[in-house]
This record gives sequence, structure tokens and C-alpha cells, in this order.
Amino acid sequence: MAKADFQVPELKQYAEIPEIEPGVMAHSAPYKSKEDFQLPLGFPGQLVDDWQDKAINKMGDLLGKYRSLRVYLDSCVKCGSCTDKCHYYLGTKDPKNMPVGRQDLMRKVYRRYFTLAGKFFPNLVGAEDFTEEVLNDWYSYFHQCSQCRRCSVFCPYGIDTAEISMAAREIMDHIGVGQKYCNEIIGKVYKIGNNLGLPGPALADTLEGLEEDVFDETGVEVKYPLDVEGVDILMVTPSADFFAEPHVDGLIGYGKVFHEAGVSWTLSSYASEAANFGMFIGSYENMRRVAMRIREAAIKLKVKRIVFGECGHAWRVAYSFLNTLAGPWDFLDQRYPIPQHICEFTYDLLKQGKLNLDKSQNDDMVLTYHDSCNVARASRMGDKPGGQFDIPRALIRASCNHFYDMDEETIRDRTFCCGGGGGLLTDDLMEIRVKGAQPRVEALNNVMQEKGVTHMAAICAICKSQFTKVLPYYGMDMDQIVSVHQLVSNALILTGQTTDDDDEEDAADEAA
Amino acid sequence: MSFLSSVYAYLFYFAVFVLLAGLINKVVQYARTPAPLKIPTTPAPTTRTGVALRMTREVVFFESLFRGNKWIWIFGWIFHFGLFLVTLRHLRYFLDPVPVWIQFIQPFGVYGGIAMVVGLAGLWARRFLVDRVRYITALSDHLILVLLLTIGVSGLLMRFVAHTDIMRVKEFFQGLYVGQVSTLPGDPLLMLHLLLVAVLMIIFPYSKLLHAPGLFFSPSRNQADNPRERRHLANWARRLEQE
Repeated sequence: MAKADFQVPELKQYAEIPEIEPGVMAHSAPYKSKEDFQLPLGFPGQLVDDWQDKAINKMGDLLGKYRSLRVYLDSCVKCGSCTDKCHYYLGTKDPKNMPVGRQDLMRKVYRRYFTLAGKFFPNLVGAEDFTEEVLNDWYSYFHQCSQCRRCSVFCPYGIDTAEISMAAREIMDHIGVGQKYCNEIIGKVYKIGNNLGLPGPALADTLEGLEEDVFDETGVEVKYPLDVEGVDILMVTPSADFFAEPHVDGLIGYGKVFHEAGVSWTLSSYASEAANFGMFIGSYENMRRVAMRIREAAIKLKVKRIVFGECGHAWRVAYSFLNTLAGPWDFLDQRYPIPQHICEFTYDLLKQGKLNLDKSQNDDMVLTYHDSCNVARASRMGDKPGGQFDIPRALIRASCNHFYDMDEETIRDRTFCCGGGGGLLTDDLMEIRVKGAQPRVEALNNVMQEKGVTHMAAICAICKSQFTKVLPYYGMDMDQIVSVHQLVSNALILTGQTTDDDDEEDAADEAA
Repeated sequence: MSFLSSVYAYLFYFAVFVLLAGLINKVVQYARTPAPLKIPTTPAPTTRTGVALRMTREVVFFESLFRGNKWIWIFGWIFHFGLFLVTLRHLRYFLDPVPVWIQFIQPFGVYGGIAMVVGLAGLWARRFLVDRVRYITALSDHLILVLLLTIGVSGLLMRFVAHTDIMRVKEFFQGLYVGQVSTLPGDPLLMLHLLLVAVLMIIFPYSKLLHAPGLFFSPSRNQADNPRERRHLANWARRLEQE
């Protein structure tokens, strides 16, 4: 079990709503950004002198640019429906981690400076000046929101706390109070092309290694191409896929699927990142700049289609925003969805009967599936609403014999965030990450006890990294989290592949 | 009594003006503010018709709230539906002749009044009994409940305990249409009831009561899920492309 200098929440058989404990997470705040990471993104290097005025001005600017922000700050009636829905509240008991509690940190400032009631009767409506104390609360608690949108499902007005925490981070960035983790990473994308800062040669090396591994295992020459011009598909995937378990097993799976489909494809060293942390910091400009790299790569490599790998918020930006940010995509083949998710791609092949899957290859695992929050509540796959739930499950069911869903209350559009989304996947936020994972891990634990589940599949790089890190805090193994395309990869018998059965037959022949 | 009637007459002119001007101002502000990104909470309908259906379910049945919390849903729905019936019942004081269907729903309006008070009482109780809801409750949240409850209870008292001369009340409001101030009956309950209704109208555009128009403008509920099919671009974002 991983060692913790804080109390790891207990896992219960039935989910409990804790009583509030005000202020218990006030100490949690990520490392602040510094000048080197702020300036490349267009933000001031440190807290500006007249930060209060600047912040209020920026808030006014955003209120005029985002209808969501304006309507959501006005509309809340404090009914309480959202209060027990946030995984960070359930895991920490801090009432400022209730969605409405978090929103109120901004709402009280909004009311003070932008509403009649707040200007004249601040105490009556809970309005407050934007003091240093309030700013500290903002920095702390708006970095305890993973922008997973679970609250917005249950709000009678659809108020989405993610919109508010994005706006808050944008305001703080504009007065020089940025978060190191996100802003440093966005800088790396601008400079090198991906979040992990892996340069082209390193990628080429990794991909070559994968080709050798797959050949050794299957006897089939599956290609993992980089920067090849004139191919059908540009594959954009989170850079974690090049790097770590279980991500890389997913990447191996994509390559095998493309191989079986008989399409030509390539990765790009310039756009070697599906993730877009511009969304986490609520910066339209930075999100657009990151997204434009994909457009530039697609044009340069003269591809006809774009396919995204397994990554949650990346799929949100790709599915919901890419057309807006980096469209129009009139130069791509319009017969295919733009962009397309690798699960959609694989699912189409599956339906056409082009994949020879041997489910027994995954018989060492009993699986469940974690719906990643941004895929579940901010995107779609396929033609029908809800395809984002059904298509990955169809792939898992086609690849393995043993699959059980977790409790209905915790999957599909009611899924819990892994606890590491929204720009919180950094070691300086370990406490909130572990505590925020509690509702998900609890549901996992129950299905492990009841159904004998051994592994949980996911289609998000952040989810995979987060669970690898936090499961040990709960006494589980880090390798219990797997990629969906890892399962596909395990089960897929490539055309011309030498299987174990063949080996046995050969041996039998020789014996005879 | 005629002096007080004049005060009430001007109060209602003022209240109607503030309510309409304030609401129109807010609705125009919401409508003019762009929603630069597609953010429907998914799974979401892919067509406008689908969105209209989703919105209808939200407005009529409080669908999301039902999924979120059954207690808030039952009290909230009882209150709002009761208030709706009460409002319909009250139309007889403002319309002449009274349409047949308004005459028909009169008894249901009374049940609506009782339902409204029951719902409000339940919602208020939660503000004391549930620690999470207690934490997020501001003084204004209590006061709005007190306001609505007092309006409801004073109305029910006039129906069941101390009747007022309702024909003269109707004359008063009919007179306001043509700038004429008729004398209101001098019953304290009526005075209280009318005063608080005017207050409710005045605070409507400046309080959380804005949730009523707000719902219709909520991007997570009113957007169709079709970003891959149609390019969605706000004007201010279009300008970034021209740079």
C-alpha cells in the first residue's frame, strides 16, 4: 500500500454522503507558475500591481463573451441538488468542494461588482469584495475541480461548475496567478509538440521499438509510422501513449487495428499530442493555438482523415470544439466523421466483421469499464446520443469473456471522475487526487468483491495515469487499470499471424 | 382608504414596470451574449426538435432535479405547480369577462394554494435540517421563502378565514388598466398580500428568481449535440481567425 501523509478515505459497501467539515481542504493548492511558464502563454509573469481591478475587468470581459458564465452565475437557487454529487466533496467533506460551494466563491464576487443587490445589500445576498483571502480560496478550490461536469447533470438549470472554474483560472492567469503544471505543459506543446516534451527522434525510436515488439510477438510487420506524407489517416493521441504502461499497449492496439483495416496512417511529431490543456485553464486563445497544430499537421501531411486516440478531455476538445477552433475541415474526406475516435473506427471494423478476435486471450482478466467524464458528459461517439457509453463497451465485450459493469449510479452519464482530471494530475495535488478518487474506487471495490472483477478498462490517458498512481493508496495494484485497445490488441488475431495453436500443430507435425 | 389605494396603485404601476423592464433587460443580455463553444451536457439531443423536448421535460417535470434529489424534486415541483394553478385562478381578477376555462379551474386553484404552501414549507425545512443546504443558504434565500410563504398563507386565509370584498379588488385592478384608482377594501390581510406580491415582482429581475428565464438560455441544456456536423463560431472568436 502506498504511504500517505494524509488520511486515505475508507471504502464502504454503500455510498455515504458525509457531513460537512468546513475548511479541511483549504491547504490544498498546486505549485504556482512562474514567469518562464506564464509569458509564452500570454500571461503576466507574477501578480500584477492592480490585480483587483484587472481581475474584475477580466471577469466583466468573460461575462460578455460566455453566456454560460453569465446565466450560471445568475440562475442558482441554492436548491442543494448538486451538493452531494462532486467526487471531491464526497472524498474530502469540505463544503467548498460542493459544486454550489465552489461556484459561490465566484458568485459572491460577481454579485458584489456586477449586480444591484450585491452592490447595495452585500450581506443579504452573500456578496463579497475580491480580497486577497478570496483570491487564495479561488486558487485553492478552483484547483480542486476536475471539470468533469457531473454536477451539471443533476442541476435543474444545467449549471456546469466546469465553466465557472475555467473562467476563474482564466481570470487568475490574467493577473499573474497561474498553475505551474498546466502552464508549463502548454509551453512544452508550443515548443516541442507534446505534453511530455518528447522530441521527434525519441518518438521515432519508441515507434521502431513497438514495430519490433509486435513483430516478435505476432510475426506480422505492423507499422507505426511517423511524419509520413500522403497517407489516409493522421492519428493524434495523448503523448502518454508513447511512454508508459498501460497507455502504450493501447497504441500497439491502434496500430494493429489500422493494419487489419488496410488503411495507411501516420503520427505527427509536430502534433504529437491529443491533450489540450488550454481547456483546463479556460483560455480560448491557448486552446485554439494548441488545436491549430493539428490542422497544420493535417495540411502538411496531406491526410484525408483525422483519428484521435484514447484520451478523455482530448476527445471533448476534438469532438465538441475542433470544428470551432481549427475548422472548417473542408480539405478532409467528408465521408468520415471529422474527427473520428479510435473506438468509432474499431467499432466500424467490428461491425463489418473485419476483426478476428479471440476473446480467450483476455481470460486472465475479469473486466469492468470506467466511463471517463469528458467522454461521457461532453462528447459523443457514433450516430446516436449515448454511443460514447455503448461503443467502448461493445469493443470490450467483443474482446473478452468476462465483463461486469459497476453500480448504475456510478457509470454512463453519472460516472465519477477518476480524481485527476482538469489539470490536477500533478504530484503536488496528491491528497486531493487520492481523496477525489474515493467514489470511483469504492464502486470498483464493490464490483471486485461481488463479481470478482480484476481489471478496469478506460479510454483516457489521465484516468490511466491517475489510477496507476492512486489505486495503491487503496491497497489495490497499479496494473489493474488497462486500455480498451490493449484488450482489443490482446484478442486480435492478425491476418497471417502465427498463433500458439499453430506452434503446437507444427510441433505435432514434427513429432509425427 | 383612498390615499392608501393611490399608494397601492402607484406601487403596482412601478412593480409592473420594474418586472417587465428588468426581465426584458436580462433576457436581451442573455440573448446577446454569445456561447462560443458547444457545451451541451451529453448525451444530448442531436436536433432542435430534440432540444425542445428536452427543455419541455426540464420545464414541466424538472427532469434533472428528479435525477438529482427526490426530496427537493417533490417539494419544488409541488410548489411550482401549485403556484402555476394559483396564478391561473387569479386571472379572474384581471380578465373581464372571465374565460370559461378559468372559471373551470377555480377549485383547482385553491388546492394549488395549499400545495404551494406545503412545497415551500418542505423546501424551507431542508434549509435547516440538511447540513449541506444550511451551509449554502444566505439570508436572502430565507427571505424569499418567507415572502412566498406569507403571500401563500395570507391568500389562503382570505379564502378560508377572513374573506375580503373580492369584487372591489377586481374593480381596483380593472381601474388600473385605464388610469383610474378605485378604492381597495381596507382588510389588513389583503393589504399585506398585495404589498408582498408587488415586492416579489420588483425583486424578480434582481434575484435568483432569474432562474426562470435562465433555464431557457442554459447552453448545457439548450444546445443540440451536432458539433461535427455544423461549425459553431461566435463573432468574437471569428475575429481571432482574421488576425
